Amino acid sequence: MPPQPSRLPKVKEASAVSMPFYVSPEQAMRDKADYARKGIARGRSCVALQYAGGILMVAPNPSSALHKISEIYDRIAFAAVGRYNEYENLRKAGVTYADITGYQFDRNDVTARGIANWYAQTLGTIFTESNKPFEVEIVVAEVGARPGDDQIYRITFDGSVTDEPGFVAFGGQADQVSAALKDRYSEGMTLSEAFAAALAALSAPGNGERTEFAPSQLEVAVLDRARDHRTFRRIRAARLEELLQETRPAPAAEPEPESADSATADGTPADSAPADRTPAGGTPADGTPGTTTPSGPSSPADTEPPTGPAPGSSDRGTGLGGGPPSSPL
Amino acid sequence: MYVCYDYGRRSALGSFFDGSKAGPPYAGDPRMSGRLQGPAGGSPSGFLGLQTSSFTDFLAAHSPGLLPGRMAPGAPAEVAPGQAIRDLPHATTIVAATCEGGVVLAGDRRATAGSMIAKRDVEKVFRSDEFSAMGYAGTGSVGIEFVRLFQVELEHYEKMEGRSLSLVGKANRLAFMVRGNLAAAMQGLVVVPLFVGYDEDTDRGRIFSYDVAGGPYEEHRFHSIGSGSLFARGALKKLYVDDMSAADAALACVQALYDAADDDSATGGPDLTRRLFPVIAAVTADGFRKLSEAESEEIAEQVVRGRMTHPDGPSVPLSNG
Repeated sequence: MPPQPSRLPKVKEASAVSMPFYVSPEQAMRDKADYARKGIARGRSCVALQYAGGILMVAPNPSSALHKISEIYDRIAFAAVGRYNEYENLRKAGVTYADITGYQFDRNDVTARGIANWYAQTLGTIFTESNKPFEVEIVVAEVGARPGDDQIYRITFDGSVTDEPGFVAFGGQADQVSAALKDRYSEGMTLSEAFAAALAALSAPGNGERTEFAPSQLEVAVLDRARDHRTFRRIRAARLEELLQETRPAPAAEPEPESADSATADGTPADSAPADRTPAGGTPADGTPGTTTPSGPSSPADTEPPTGPAPGSSDRGTGLGGGPPSSPL
Repeated sequence: MYVCYDYGRRSALGSFFDGSKAGPPYAGDPRMSGRLQGPAGGSPSGFLGLQTSSFTDFLAAHSPGLLPGRMAPGAPAEVAPGQAIRDLPHATTIVAATCEGGVVLAGDRRATAGSMIAKRDVEKVFRSDEFSAMGYAGTGSVGIEFVRLFQVELEHYEKMEGRSLSLVGKANRLAFMVRGNLAAAMQGLVVVPLFVGYDEDTDRGRIFSYDVAGGPYEEHRFHSIGSGSLFARGALKKLYVDDMSAADAALACVQALYDAADDDSATGGPDLTRRLFPVIAAVTADGFRKLSEAESEEIAEQVVRGRMTHPDGPSVPLSNG
């Protein structure tokens, strides 16, 4: 009889729908991680790197009001990529954490390590316990009294923390940008050298195919070692234009091998060990492409001695206090 | 997804880092207003759901025990101020005067406990943020907490919102905080601030005073608070000139403090033997600036030199003609 066989599979199907599928924990975690990774990779990379006068952070960001880089505390800054509402939420929680710690104990007791740990715990909990992980990647940077005391931590969506000495690129095509930045980074760069390195890294292939940045497309901030109290300063408008001008003549005066395109045009794969270039004459924008020394991905380029204090590191004009203003009396 | 908060054990900060506290850190207090409650807004973890641009509100929700002037739990609210509270160190006279393009705030260095001098070198004038300053009179310990809380309050707002509060906004915020201390003030822990700042919108300095129940009351030209304020205000009234320079305003403030110290036992004059001089701060378009030791020493010595020949200070013309 025809109806009989047709009814039987129908019943089976119905029971299958009401039964929950078994998903192994490994699979669930993998799915969540893939979801988060995809969301983060859609955006553009940001970079944070040390220079002689502190820590520089650069992010491509067309908005001047919705920040990717912000102040957390006196010597600590926050940079994030991913979904704005999620990292803004985390930023505010970080500020609250820092403020209550500083109020309850002392301002010196607020450390980047403590904040990074708090973020790691929070993101880890969200990753394991909620259905949708946060699609964010965070960097917490702290400027110390000496360059050796600087700290940069990177916290990913699943709550893992890594200590990144010297520089870090995160979000978007972080591997390519990181490789490009590693080529150009050296210890003790001036602010404009560090800025040039950051821009070159950000225009690495795979990160939006952009080689020229207008001031309105960049968000730039520093933690200025020389300042007391609150060291965080945004670099805006005139000062940013000035910095951009300083970086522009460099490729014009020197042969092209320096430009980001040719540096990584030969298809540096994301997972291969990036090559250290030996900078000549203290300018990292003067590398010789022939000398390639493979090194581990975690060791920063340390071939260059410090080039002295940054001349252009005193950026005022944000009106946020700190330095002694000119005498009113 | 709901996380089980352990409200009962919420206490000191250390407890949620060493793992001794169950649940996520900074859980909200369910007894507070609804908007501050823990998992509100779908935020599952800790104080992600506890965000407010007012640090004082956050503290009230999260750890009310950290608010200034907080009495020990269980202390009776209706007790008369005891001897212990009367004998706490009290800070005394603060004067403020507006000047051209700003305002000057100065305070003496004495703290008294009853009839005793508790401290000779106390500082009662503070930077609250880049464009404002505050001084306080009253119980020293609560005053110090007040200043710290207000400093964090302004900075917290700035970081959360990405902009500074307006000067009047800051003054109103301080009023709520003073009001919050009313219960403690009734028990004797009185602290009254004097708030000054540079108003960027109108390009001038402004002064705000308070009473124990709050305020603010805007004061024009000059004002003084504390035990010696009667004498200081009388002196300033005679010495103050509209649109005087910041240096002149600082000199007038120190003259007024000298007069207060002359007639009020709880106000300290310049201490020439220990080299302790009034703390003077100026707030102008350039921001807050505390005068260096050397600068305030010079002003104080000028005042003392003048008093050697005229102990009652400079005299003003008898008629306005």
